[in-house]
Amino acid sequence: MPKRMKALAIAAGLGCAALSGVAFATPAAPPAPAAAAPQAAAEGAGVSNTAPTSAAAPATAAPTSPMLAQDGAPATTIDPNVGLPIDGRIGLQPQVTKNGEFAHWMHNGVLLPVITAICILVLVLLAWVAFRYRRAANPVPSKTSHNTLIEVLWTLGPVVVLVLIAIPSIGLLQAQFKPAPAGAVTLKAIGNQWYWTYQYPDHGGIEITANMLKEKDQVSPGERARTDADGPRLLAVDNRIVLPVGVPIRLITTSNDVIHSWAIPAFWMKLDAVPGRLNETSFTIDKPGLYFGQCSELCGARHAFMPIAVQAVPPAQFAAWVAAKGGKMPGSAAPSSSVIPQPGAEGSAVEAAQANAAEAVTGPADNMATPAQSPTSAQGATGNPAGPGNAGQ
Amino acid sequence: MTDTALHPGSAFVGHEDHHHAHHDADHKPGFFARWFLSTNHKDIGTLYLIFAIVAGIIGGAISGLMRAELREPGIQYLGIWAGMLHGGAQSLDQSLHLWNVLITAHGLIMVFFMVMPAMIGGFGNWFVPIMIGAPDMAFPRMNNVSFWLLIPAFTLLLASPFFGSGAGVGWTAYAPLSTFGEPGPSVDMAILSLHLAGASSILGAINFITTIFNMRAPGMTLHKMPLFVWSVLVTAFLLLLSLPVLAAAITMLLTDRNFGTTFFDPAGGGDPILYQHLFWFFGHPEVYIMILPGFGIVSQIIATFSRKPVFGYLGMAYAMVAIGVVGFVVWAHHMFATGLSVNTKMYFTAATMIIAVPTGIKIFSWIATMWGGSMSFKTPMVWAIGFIFMFTVGGVTGVVLANGGIDDYMQDTYYVVAHFHYVLVAGSLFALFAGFYYWSPKWTGHMYNETMGKAHFWLSLITFNVTFFPMHFLGLAGMPRRYADYSAQFTDFNMIATIGAFGFGLSQVFFLFGVIIPTIRGGKKAEAKPWDGAEGLEWTVPSPAPFHTFETPPQFK
Repeated sequence: MPKRMKALAIAAGLGCAALSGVAFATPAAPPAPAAAAPQAAAEGAGVSNTAPTSAAAPATAAPTSPMLAQDGAPATTIDPNVGLPIDGRIGLQPQVTKNGEFAHWMHNGVLLPVITAICILVLVLLAWVAFRYRRAANPVPSKTSHNTLIEVLWTLGPVVVLVLIAIPSIGLLQAQFKPAPAGAVTLKAIGNQWYWTYQYPDHGGIEITANMLKEKDQVSPGERARTDADGPRLLAVDNRIVLPVGVPIRLITTSNDVIHSWAIPAFWMKLDAVPGRLNETSFTIDKPGLYFGQCSELCGARHAFMPIAVQAVPPAQFAAWVAAKGGKMPGSAAPSSSVIPQPGAEGSAVEAAQANAAEAVTGPADNMATPAQSPTSAQGATGNPAGPGNAGQ
Repeated sequence: MTDTALHPGSAFVGHEDHHHAHHDADHKPGFFARWFLSTNHKDIGTLYLIFAIVAGIIGGAISGLMRAELREPGIQYLGIWAGMLHGGAQSLDQSLHLWNVLITAHGLIMVFFMVMPAMIGGFGNWFVPIMIGAPDMAFPRMNNVSFWLLIPAFTLLLASPFFGSGAGVGWTAYAPLSTFGEPGPSVDMAILSLHLAGASSILGAINFITTIFNMRAPGMTLHKMPLFVWSVLVTAFLLLLSLPVLAAAITMLLTDRNFGTTFFDPAGGGDPILYQHLFWFFGHPEVYIMILPGFGIVSQIIATFSRKPVFGYLGMAYAMVAIGVVGFVVWAHHMFATGLSVNTKMYFTAATMIIAVPTGIKIFSWIATMWGGSMSFKTPMVWAIGFIFMFTVGGVTGVVLANGGIDDYMQDTYYVVAHFHYVLVAGSLFALFAGFYYWSPKWTGHMYNETMGKAHFWLSLITFNVTFFPMHFLGLAGMPRRYADYSAQFTDFNMIATIGAFGFGLSQVFFLFGVIIPTIRGGKKAEAKPWDGAEGLEWTVPSPAPFHTFETPPQFK
């Protein structure tokens, strides 16, 4: 059953991508043209990003102000304790998703104590035998070379420990693979050498291209350089992705060229972006803030230079940002998280409608090659893992 | 309970025909025939050991370059090195590409041209025939072919940066970065290098399996073989079964690159993930190929210096068999972030954890071997004890990484780098050092200097941990691996790691000039059996071992 759910979800995502600009969540939603002018009234956030769809990484538009809002994202300040590494700190990054907190607990509360105890046990045993059975202390060695009981014990002991580890581990996997509910915000991350492009297929086909911001001494005249407000060196990007907090996010990754990997440590999230495949996962960000990640699969020369920055904001602010980007919230004039079904609401009316809509566009879920080749689709990768496509076009 | 029958070699009588010493020189061919056309397992073993030392120096020098670059944030030296390599000023991308060339070369050299030749080709060739009482390997000339295939293989790899921009695809060479991602002859040369190295290892594996199954001295049943021979036997099976899969995978890479096939290209119906499945079906057994002979070496040493037979001999032997078998069905734990299904991840999580059980049996059995023993702490023994603890540390982080859900954080971070260096450096390499000190009297005929050996151990142990322990913290902080540059948040631990790495490198320079070369050139003459607790046939022949051993098989009573 979960497999079918996943297929449906992918179909839904693809349907959105194929429409590329037709916002829909329910069939009742009025279609909006992709070229709709950005709503100038939107919250005063300047729209300087032109969201190009071409494969080339565009030079960043000249900044109009040193404020963060220059990329259209709501202004925010960086919390140095969350969302990015800290020099010299020992330990995992604080987590802002439920699964992340669960995994964080599993590492710090289960795995780390267990492996520390095992290491100490082995160290103590080694020290003891080295001291007690040194030649001076024990000149005549014993001839014992078997003890069935102890051999059985040290076989079963580790088995018990591993079972105790496996129980939360399997639970964590189940939680991580819970499909996104209908109405989740879909974010499609597309890896390129060496930048990320993003699409919000449910939100009027917003497209974002995120390049790493260069340092002051590396930019050409007029080009935007990184400031501390953007984030640390090698982590800051010109156009952040904005996502709502408290709302399930469906992440779909793919690639236009080689394999990349979309990773945000604070979300406990890493998903490869593979050409010819759509990988999907979901998560819910619990806390507003700025979260940084980096490409985590070797992808060529500038592998270290394609960071990921996510700005998590309250849903209302997200809706305003969507509007400022020229997109449209699906299915509601007054976007709010209240209309979005909560996780686990399987088989909801919204989801069924969405699946129907996807099928109406793409045909059966097992034949998804069509939307990937749709001329309105900006994606370069084929939508069907098993079918021919136009990867790397 | 006592059982001397499980004490390999204890029932053998020294059978070295003493007339041999007089005629020894008569049997030796001239220099060229002896070293270039060799059919003698000891000479071929020596060639392998020298080859591994040379490759280790090159691979280690490359890691020195890498740690120098990573000492602090920013690109320090890559541009200079790229200019030296290709001439003239190099663009940023070319400098960054050189980084990928360095990590690729470091990985491939250490795996295929250092650890494997030293363990299997070097110590395996030298001591397996002697330990089972055989006069030589089953196919002596094929043995020579195995070694000499490594020379063109290594040459192809080392030459690849000079024909094109260098292979910067990582030792895993994932498609499509390794297909349309990097045109030019460099990657093709690296692939052909792996083909040759793989062919060399397959031939070697056939040779070891045949030798061990057919040429044991009368009375030496499989269950009486020394554990080192067991470890090489299991390793040879892993090589034989896994390397053809690698050969297939990289052949498909070659045809994808050059002949228009699309095995790994979705545009033609192929799948990049298929390559990863094929690669790791080889790649995971490969990591056991690199550690199992180390287990064997350590088992011999622990028993010798505890003056006690190995505890739970059968359990030790079959734990290695179990590790080998289970090692073939856990490969996808290297691919937890590729988008596997939930059931696949659960299976590979569980299967991977199971490997901890036979590994635990080995750790506990080594400790139980020492328990009740009469231990002396010669250099081989301190290396072996260091191995046990450091390998435990590397092993338990492996249990952490076995969890598919945890890997959504850990995959491709420095935590993984720390993990596999604990098992490959403090595991395989420490076992190689232990083996060197243990068997160098037999190899060179001289005793190494005990003080120098102990100094080498403590220097290496400390600097190794200074280098690699902070990498756990880098991984926990989220630093991805294979990065030429990092943000300032990762500076402290990288700086510590670089300091440690240079210390570790200097420790190995000390080993080369303070131990290896002096021991080969001279030193106290070694007795046939320099360790009073040692058992086994290799200690019944003189030191250095004569050119021919066991022309008539020793009798097992």
